[in-house]
Amino acid sequence: MPTLVSHPEEVKLVSSRFGKGATDIDRYIELDGYQAARMAVEKGADWIIAEMKASSLRGRGGAGFPTGMKWSFVPKQSERPKYVLVNGDESEPGTCKDHLIFLHDPHTVIEGTIIAGLAIGAKTGFIYLRGEYRYLLTIMEKAIADAYAKGFLGKGIFGSQLDFDIISHTGAGAYEVGEESALMESLEGKRGIPRIKPPFPAVVGLYGGPTVINNAETIATVPHVLRMGGEAYAKIGSERNGGTRLFGVSGHVERPGVYELPMGYNLKKLIYEVAGGIRGGRQLKAVVPGGSSTPVLLPSEIDLGLDFDQVGKAGSMLGSGGVVVLDETVCMVEFALRTIKFYQHESCGWCIPCREGTDWLKKTLTRFHAGGGEARDIDNIRYLAENMLGKTFCPLGDAAAMPTIGFVKKFRQEFEDHLNGKPCPYAKKQALEPVLA
Amino acid sequence: MTATTATLFSPELAARLDKLVTLYPVRRSALVPMLLYAQDELGYLTDAAISEIAQRIGITELDVRNVLSYYSMLRTAPVGKYHVQVCTNISCMLRGGQELFEHCKNKLGVGHKQTTPDGVFSLEEVECIGACCWAPAVQVNYDFHDNLTPEAMDAVLDQYRKQAGK
Ligand SMILES: Cc1cc2nc3c(=O)[nH]c(=O)nc-3n(C[C@H](O)[C@H](O)[C@H](O)COP(=O)(O)O)c2cc1C
Ligand code: SF4
Ligand code: FES
Repeated sequence: MPTLVSHPEEVKLVSSRFGKGATDIDRYIELDGYQAARMAVEKGADWIIAEMKASSLRGRGGAGFPTGMKWSFVPKQSERPKYVLVNGDESEPGTCKDHLIFLHDPHTVIEGTIIAGLAIGAKTGFIYLRGEYRYLLTIMEKAIADAYAKGFLGKGIFGSQLDFDIISHTGAGAYEVGEESALMESLEGKRGIPRIKPPFPAVVGLYGGPTVINNAETIATVPHVLRMGGEAYAKIGSERNGGTRLFGVSGHVERPGVYELPMGYNLKKLIYEVAGGIRGGRQLKAVVPGGSSTPVLLPSEIDLGLDFDQVGKAGSMLGSGGVVVLDETVCMVEFALRTIKFYQHESCGWCIPCREGTDWLKKTLTRFHAGGGEARDIDNIRYLAENMLGKTFCPLGDAAAMPTIGFVKKFRQEFEDHLNGKPCPYAKKQALEPVLA
Repeated sequence: MTATTATLFSPELAARLDKLVTLYPVRRSALVPMLLYAQDELGYLTDAAISEIAQRIGITELDVRNVLSYYSMLRTAPVGKYHVQVCTNISCMLRGGQELFEHCKNKLGVGHKQTTPDGVFSLEEVECIGACCWAPAVQVNYDFHDNLTPEAMDAVLDQYRKQAGK
C-alpha cells in the first residue's frame, strides 16, 4: 500500500478523503460526496462552465490548459454523440498522484466525469486507466457499479430526465497513449499513434464526436470547485492558477510522498520543509520540477512559486507536478541517459526526428557514460536534441529533447568530467547506499 | 461470435468478453482489454486466443497482432508464474532501483525478460509504474511492492516461492 504523508501546510481538497474509506459509496456520500453532481444537474451547463472559468483551474495532466475554457470549446449542437474521456494513463516518470485518487477516492472521479458530461452535453464518459493499474481498475469498476445501483449513473440520474453512462477501460502498457489523441486511438482499439491536429478533440474526437479529455486529477478537482464555488477555489491558488495541486515529491528527500498544496507554493519550501529536506543532510544538486520531461533546475533556481507561469518563466514546466529531487551523489550524465532511454523506449516511431533522435541520443549517451565519450559529443548531444524540438507530430519529441538540452546546458562540466576514457567520476559514491535510510 | 460457439476461455471470461464488445459504440474498442484479460487467464496470447479474439471483434488476425505488438504488457510467449517487474526509471533509480534489478538478476539467476528454468519467476526491467513516491517499486504480476531494499525484496521473492509450492 502506498504510504500517505501529511504536512500542516497542506490544503486538502482532492486528497481530503484519502485514507477515510471513501471507496465505499455510503461513506463517500457521508463525506459530502455527490452533492456537486446534484447541484450540477439542477443548475445546468452554463452555470457549471461559468464556475469552472471563475475557478481558473488548469489541467493537471501536464500542459495546464484552463479547464473551463476547454469545456466551452465543445459545440453545443452536434450530430455525433459527445464524450468525456478521463486520462488515467499516468505514465510520466515521477508521477503517481492519480494512483492515489483511484485508490482512495474513485467516486470523485465518477462525480467529476458526470459534471463534465453535463457541462458539454455528453451522455457517455470513459475512464481510461493504464494497464499496470489493474487493482485500481477493480476499485473503479466497483465504484461505478455502486453509482449505478444508487441511480447516480444510467437513466434519469439523480431523479432527473438526464442519462449518463460511465465505462472504465484498461490500457496495456504504453506511455504514448497518455497523449490525448493517441489515447482516443487506443480507446478505439488501435495502436497508440497520435492524430494530426486540427481538428481538435473538442470538435472531432472519440468516434468522430466532440470530446473533452481531462486528466484524472483535473476531473477529481471539479466537484470541489463546484461545492466551494469557482471564485473561492481560485483564491486558494496564485494568479491565473486556481486552487491546489497534488505534488509528488520523489528521489532524495527525507519524506517522499504526495502533498496537496496551493498553486504557487514555494518549491524550496516544498523540498526543505514539507518533504523534510535532502536525505542524510546531503547537498542538493538538481530538481526536475514536473515529471521527467521538464527541464532540470539548479539549486540556485528553486526559490520559485510552483505554478504554470512561474515555473515556465524559470525555463522549465510545472508538467504533471512530479518533483524529482537529486542530491550530490547523482551522476547527471547517467541521469540524462536514463531519461532518454525512457523516451527512446516509448517513441511510437511515427516521425523520424523523434524515433531516430531518441535512438541516437541513447546510443551516444550510453557510449559517453561508459567512458567512450569525445569532446565533440557534448555539442552533438545538444544539437541532436535541439533538432527534434517542434519537428514532431506530438509533444513526445519535445518531451525527450527539452530535458536533454537542460542537462547539457546546466551540467556541462559533468559531461566534460567524463571525457578521455575516465570511468564515471560520480557513480561510485552512489552505489550500494542503503536504499531507504 | 455468440455465446454458444466454442471458446477456449473459461465460462467466466467468455461471458465477460461477450459483454465487453457490447459496451462501446464500436466493438473494436474492446480489443485491448480483451487481449489483456485473455493473457491474464492463459499466461500469454496464443495463436488460438488471437484467432478467437479476432473473430469476436470481427477484424483480421493480422489486425489484432498489429495492435498487440504496440503494447508493452501484451506478449505472445509465456513468462514465469510470477513476473517480477523492477522499475529502474528516474525516481526509482535515485532510490536504488538499478541495484535492486541487479540484485534480482543475481538472486533469480536470470536476466531481463528471462524465466527461471522451473518456470516460477521471470524478470523484467520496466519503465515507471506510477509508484515514484514509494520508490524503489516493483510489480509482481499486478501486485505492487514498494519502499524496497534488497533484503525486503528477498522476503517478497521467498513469499512467492512458497506460494508457488502450494
Ligand atoms: C507523450 C505524452 C504523454 C502524456 N501522458 C499523459 C498522462 O499519462 N496523463 C494525462 O493526464 N495527460 C497526459 N498527457 C497530456 C494529455 O495529452 C492531455 O493534455 C491531458 O490529458 C489533458 O488533460 P488536462 O487538461 O486535464 O491536463 C500526455 C501528453 C503527452 C504528449
Ligand atoms: S513525436 Fe514521437 S511519439 Fe509523437 S508521434 Fe512522433 S514518433 Fe510518435
Ligand atoms: S520511476 Fe519507478 S515507479 Fe515511477
